[in-house]
Amino acid sequence: MSALTDRLDEIKAEGRAALIGYLPVGYPSVEGSIEAMEVMVEAGVDIVEIGLPYSDPVLDGPVIQFAAEQALANGTRIADVFPAATAVAATGAPALVMSYFNPMLQYGVDRFAQDLRSAGGVGVITPDLTPDSGAEWIAAADAHGLDKIFLVAPSSTTERLHLTVNATTGFVYAASLMGVTGERATVGDAAESLVRNTRAAGAPRVCVGLGVTTGAHAAQVARYADGVIVGSALVRCLTENESLDAGLAALRVKVQELAAGVRAVRVRGETL
Amino acid sequence: MTESLQSAPGPFFGDFGGQFVPEALMAALDQLTDAYDKARLDPSFYAEIDRLGREYSGRPSIVTEVLRFAKHAGGARVFLKREDLNHTGSHKINNVLGQALLTKRIGKTRVIAETGAGQHGVATATAAALMDLECVVYMGEEDTERQALNVARMKLLGATVVPVKTGSRTLRDAINEAYRDWVANVDTTNYVFGTAAGPHPFPAMVRDFQRVIGLEAREQMLAMGGLPDAVLACVGGGSNAIGIFDAFLDDSQVRLIGCEAAGDGVETGRHASAIGGGRPGVLHGSKSYVLQDADGQTTESHSISAGLDYPGVGPQHAWLADLGRAEYWAVTDVEAMEAFRLLCRTEGILPAIESAHALAGAIKLGKELGEDATLLVNLSGRGDKDVESAARYFDMLPESHS
Repeated sequence: MSALTDRLDEIKAEGRAALIGYLPVGYPSVEGSIEAMEVMVEAGVDIVEIGLPYSDPVLDGPVIQFAAEQALANGTRIADVFPAATAVAATGAPALVMSYFNPMLQYGVDRFAQDLRSAGGVGVITPDLTPDSGAEWIAAADAHGLDKIFLVAPSSTTERLHLTVNATTGFVYAASLMGVTGERATVGDAAESLVRNTRAAGAPRVCVGLGVTTGAHAAQVARYADGVIVGSALVRCLTENESLDAGLAALRVKVQELAAGVRAVRVRGETL
Repeated sequence: MTESLQSAPGPFFGDFGGQFVPEALMAALDQLTDAYDKARLDPSFYAEIDRLGREYSGRPSIVTEVLRFAKHAGGARVFLKREDLNHTGSHKINNVLGQALLTKRIGKTRVIAETGAGQHGVATATAAALMDLECVVYMGEEDTERQALNVARMKLLGATVVPVKTGSRTLRDAINEAYRDWVANVDTTNYVFGTAAGPHPFPAMVRDFQRVIGLEAREQMLAMGGLPDAVLACVGGGSNAIGIFDAFLDDSQVRLIGCEAAGDGVETGRHASAIGGGRPGVLHGSKSYVLQDADGQTTESHSISAGLDYPGVGPQHAWLADLGRAEYWAVTDVEAMEAFRLLCRTEGILPAIESAHALAGAIKLGKELGEDATLLVNLSGRGDKDVESAARYFDMLPESHS
């Protein structure tokens, strides 16, 4: 059990799904991104996923690519993720980091885990690291008490679902569709059956991401998942507004819409 | 007897290699690995590849001794393995015929590919036309500009070419975009990867499809008097180099020299020498040497040669470098273009600028070793695609073009 699972279980006890919001650190600036994370929590995000910008984000679509590219061009460093985690933790929301593997590897996987834990972070989502290749990371995360959040996808075989569920702590991140991050008109049909299959493989907590864009999407996913993960739709609030203030105002409205979504339908409990 | 280094199966080559990819691609990589493991043991699969080599791409490729060029290389004997004479003009056809056949075997109807210089894109478009596969090629926008002729060739062959406008707008970004396509379309689509890098099974599989170069060349050299003292090849991702090295890996007396693109010089920071100027890291699905900053952000590579302009290198080369079995030299733009000019003028052979890096290595080594030495150079491609770049470099274009 961890701070993350405690929070997810509290939210479940409220009869709803959690809202997990992603923003990359360093866009539009390190300070601006931290302010935006605080705004997200005020407006109703339960758990914050702090993106660590990477030069070759193969699982990200255009909106997050753009923000990450800008963040790196502005000089964002790995070490900027730690004060962001501290600031998020200070709001009371669990702080997760989403990072591609090479920055963690170059920083030192164990050092990264230690510094994130010291900063108040509770776990890491690793989009290009699967448990089969993750022995070094798993050991470091275990040593420092961080949750290891691995992904499952509609293409995952039953064997791979078991492998991933067994290695994961916190929650399993179910990719709703085959594709990269980005806004979509609908949430993929594959998501619900993937969540069902992931639970059948033994996962106590499954959250769904990729393509969740609107309050209606959030309400739909909240019927069957423990959490709803939103990224591009939030990042776009910042990228499409020239001033940070306008961006933060748009972000607040978007989060409120999504937060209403995860509360619109009461979860049916453990019957799924 | 020490263990053979030949045809190492992966997924790891020493500390290098592996599969660092999104979960969404793991099922496809497993399927490809299984299909390749079965095909490899199926005599009909390699019989078909051999037939296509003979009747379609023109194998075996010849070996040419270049006497006039050799005078500029310390008088050493210099032999060229003529992959430039293959159908489509480079070694890339060897790999794509194998991967396209495999695509048919796993029942997929669409192939995607990345390309830098355009050679792998042209080869993939060719194999796709031959085997009735839909083909989409991702190419950095900067490369579509410097290799416009190859863009037209791909289109003539029926492929769709997508210019990639993100990041450095070169090969690295083309690979990122191809991965994104693959994640979204993996049900119907196979990724025909162009070099011996990326996640397992690509490094071992591409090497296996290219090892015909070294198998032929080793026999050809023995028939002409004996093994060479050294084998030289250019290294970007490293498929032509690993293809010619593999058969010689257990001949410990044969030096193996990979020539990386040093651009303006490794010391300037403007280069593409991953082994010479990078450090171990993960890029595009495997662990190898990578050009990167302190935070592991990939840095931009620089080379006059689009095909070598890549910040990574195949994991088997990283392993051979660490073992000391192969040497990796840095060849600058200036050295490569001088070798390019020399081969044109002394032998009437117009090499790809990529391959000219290996020729520059041979000039240097020949001068070191002198006339008793025998050098084998993989002439991995021809320079037709480079005519405009070379003409611009040597200031031969009318003013309106320069």
